[in-house]
Amino acid sequence: MKYDIILAGVGGQGILSIAFVIDNAALEEGLFFKQAEVHGMSQRGGAVQSHLRLADGHIYSDLIPLGQADMILSVEPLETLRYFEYLKPDGAVVSSSTPYTNISDYPVLEEVFREIKKAPVHVLIDSEKLAREAGSVRAQNMVMLGAASRFLPLKEDSLKKYIQVLFEKRGAQVVQTNLRAFDLGRQAARA
Amino acid sequence: MEKVVLLGDEAVALAAIQAGLTAAYSYPGTPASEIMEFLIRNSGNGQKYTAKWCVNEKVACEEALGVSFAGKRALVSFKHVGLNVAADPFINSAITGANGGLVVVVADDPGMHSSQDEQDSRYYADFARILCLEPASHQEAYNMTREAFDLSEKFRIPVMIRLVTRLAHSRSSVETAAPREQNRDLPYGTWQDWTLLPGNARRRFRILLDRQKDLLEYSENTGYNQLVLNHAGGRLGVVVSGIAYNYFKEVAAALPAEPSHLKVSTYPFPVSKLRRLVEQVDEILVIEEGYPFIERFLRGVTGIPGKVIRGKMDGSLPATGELTPDLVARALGLPERAGLKTGEFKLAARPPQLCAGCPHADTYKALNEAIKDFPRPVVFSDIGCYTLGALPPYNAIQTCVCMGASVSMAKGGAEAGIHPSVAVIGDSTFAHSGITPLLDAAHSNTAMTVIILDNGTVAMTGTQPSFGTGEPLDRLVAGLGIDRNHLRVIVPLPRNHQENVKVIKEELSHNGLSVIIARRECVQIIGEKKRS
Ligand SMILES: Cc1ncc(C[n+]2csc(CCOP(=O)(O)OP(=O)(O)O)c2C)c(N)n1
Ligand code: SF4
Repeated sequence: MKYDIILAGVGGQGILSIAFVIDNAALEEGLFFKQAEVHGMSQRGGAVQSHLRLADGHIYSDLIPLGQADMILSVEPLETLRYFEYLKPDGAVVSSSTPYTNISDYPVLEEVFREIKKAPVHVLIDSEKLAREAGSVRAQNMVMLGAASRFLPLKEDSLKKYIQVLFEKRGAQVVQTNLRAFDLGRQAARA
Repeated sequence: MEKVVLLGDEAVALAAIQAGLTAAYSYPGTPASEIMEFLIRNSGNGQKYTAKWCVNEKVACEEALGVSFAGKRALVSFKHVGLNVAADPFINSAITGANGGLVVVVADDPGMHSSQDEQDSRYYADFARILCLEPASHQEAYNMTREAFDLSEKFRIPVMIRLVTRLAHSRSSVETAAPREQNRDLPYGTWQDWTLLPGNARRRFRILLDRQKDLLEYSENTGYNQLVLNHAGGRLGVVVSGIAYNYFKEVAAALPAEPSHLKVSTYPFPVSKLRRLVEQVDEILVIEEGYPFIERFLRGVTGIPGKVIRGKMDGSLPATGELTPDLVARALGLPERAGLKTGEFKLAARPPQLCAGCPHADTYKALNEAIKDFPRPVVFSDIGCYTLGALPPYNAIQTCVCMGASVSMAKGGAEAGIHPSVAVIGDSTFAHSGITPLLDAAHSNTAMTVIILDNGTVAMTGTQPSFGTGEPLDRLVAGLGIDRNHLRVIVPLPRNHQENVKVIKEELSHNGLSVIIARRECVQIIGEKKRS
């Protein structure tokens, strides 16, 4: 078994938090993983991505070869498209529909959606709305993780366990908000 | 044995701790910063070992050398260009030799994710004539770092660990081994070895040269350098180093049979093993992350008669940038496997930018307005978040070369007739390499304006502590001999805009040296303080 994920977003949107939860859940379920992160310069409001690879055996490359990702999981719709060439033909796109418009030449949103919908398997989630419903717009990353959990080869419980671990330090309320965000995302992906 | 999830950087750090580290030193720099961050986090407030950020890489390297002199184990880490700054102690530490284990970790940045160049530190190790270990995986990063301390004490030389961004910033699990105590019994170094008067230095250099055969013998025998001869794999042999090995293994699975190959992980590289591979094949493909280091040696001037050598020098692989599994697949003749295409759709780029509310933005707005009526002004900049002032909407700076160069270049520029000649430099960069050129400028009262952007932190690399900030910075600058009347402090805020423009204009017009300190805290720091 192998499962390759491209995580995408804009610096500050918390894609490394998504990675933390998946990494640890995978480890708990006895899988191997490698996860290449981007730090430094590009974190300042720029495009960020992470290659996350899960397998039941040794993983060599830290990078996913083109056309081999099982999923693009993105917290921002334009960023979803940036990595399309990594997706394998039957791969899944799990993307937020909430644009992050910190650039002047942001394309017309409808066109971005139209492109995303060209992927045979795609889920578009209004992460901002659901995160707000969960209690904080900052929880959009966990909404998207919840949506992705429909496809991931990981148990819902293991993921939730590490959401708990991740936010524990910030208090019970923050944990609850993020767990709620996860649930709302998961439900939305089914609908 | 314990299994832990670590970044490549952290695997190195943990290995150092468990190898009996006494002290570690560093200056921030992507992709090496997480080594020191991990060391500081786990030091029990410095009770277990010393782990400290330093003012620059040269200082860090020399502090580590002092630890080694004392017979204890020391680690020094920085990004590749940091080694340029530390080159003097680095090269000379190979001559003095190491007493307590001395490990120099250098993180290269192929592809220049966060750097001005993609220099390859293996050349430095070769230049200094020391051993260099290049891990391919997290586990190797851990194992090699542990071993590096032993090798340093065995061969009595510093040992380099060469990392690259992809390993430094990739996360995976690592199995650790039982920790070792710190050194107790090694005596201090002897003055004959450590006082590099010409007489001593000549003798020491001879010893270093005589060591080379031992280093080579180590490389020939270590299990890290695996030679795999596979007669079913055809007439192609692959020489593959560092993390390129992972890409090779990943994609070679798609070939009918795996080619014969030599994995190179230590330098000086294992020459006999390389010869054995070459003898078996007609064509050699060299895959390495960074410059074509091995490839160039292999080609020599005349090549190898009857053999075809492929790699970065003949275009089989790109000469610049980072390797990917896809590039390696192509070099091995495998078909392309690109996925979905976005076709006609134009993907807008999303470059990094200054945070909303960043103090640098207000300084640039004021500077741009103050300078606009001068016919040919030049703003020499430096390295930090403020380098983003080169991009729209600011378009405020014309240079960024290396740390500290803003001040020295502004002086040179002023002496070549540029007016106003302005330097902008962050507080950490100023402490790192800006003080000495400012002393130079003060000595000749050069007509130039230095703007120190004091945001109280090393923001670009992740808000590490800065040393020359706040009121002590004002005193430091004054102490260099700057006229107090031309040492101004401004607070870059939108509401102070007019006043700041006025101050900057006045100093730009001054026919002598001025220093303006623009002081306001980085908004990320404010956020961090709130959260903790
Ligand atoms: C020799 C060297 N060491 C380290 C770095 C990495 N680096 C880039 S910018 C920077 C410091 C930035 O701090 P500061 O000047 O205070 O500016 P800020 O980012 O806080 O605005 C560092 C350490 C480098 N480019 N060169
Ligand atoms: S991190 Fe600080 S210095 Fe850097 S852009 Fe943001 S506010 Fe400015």
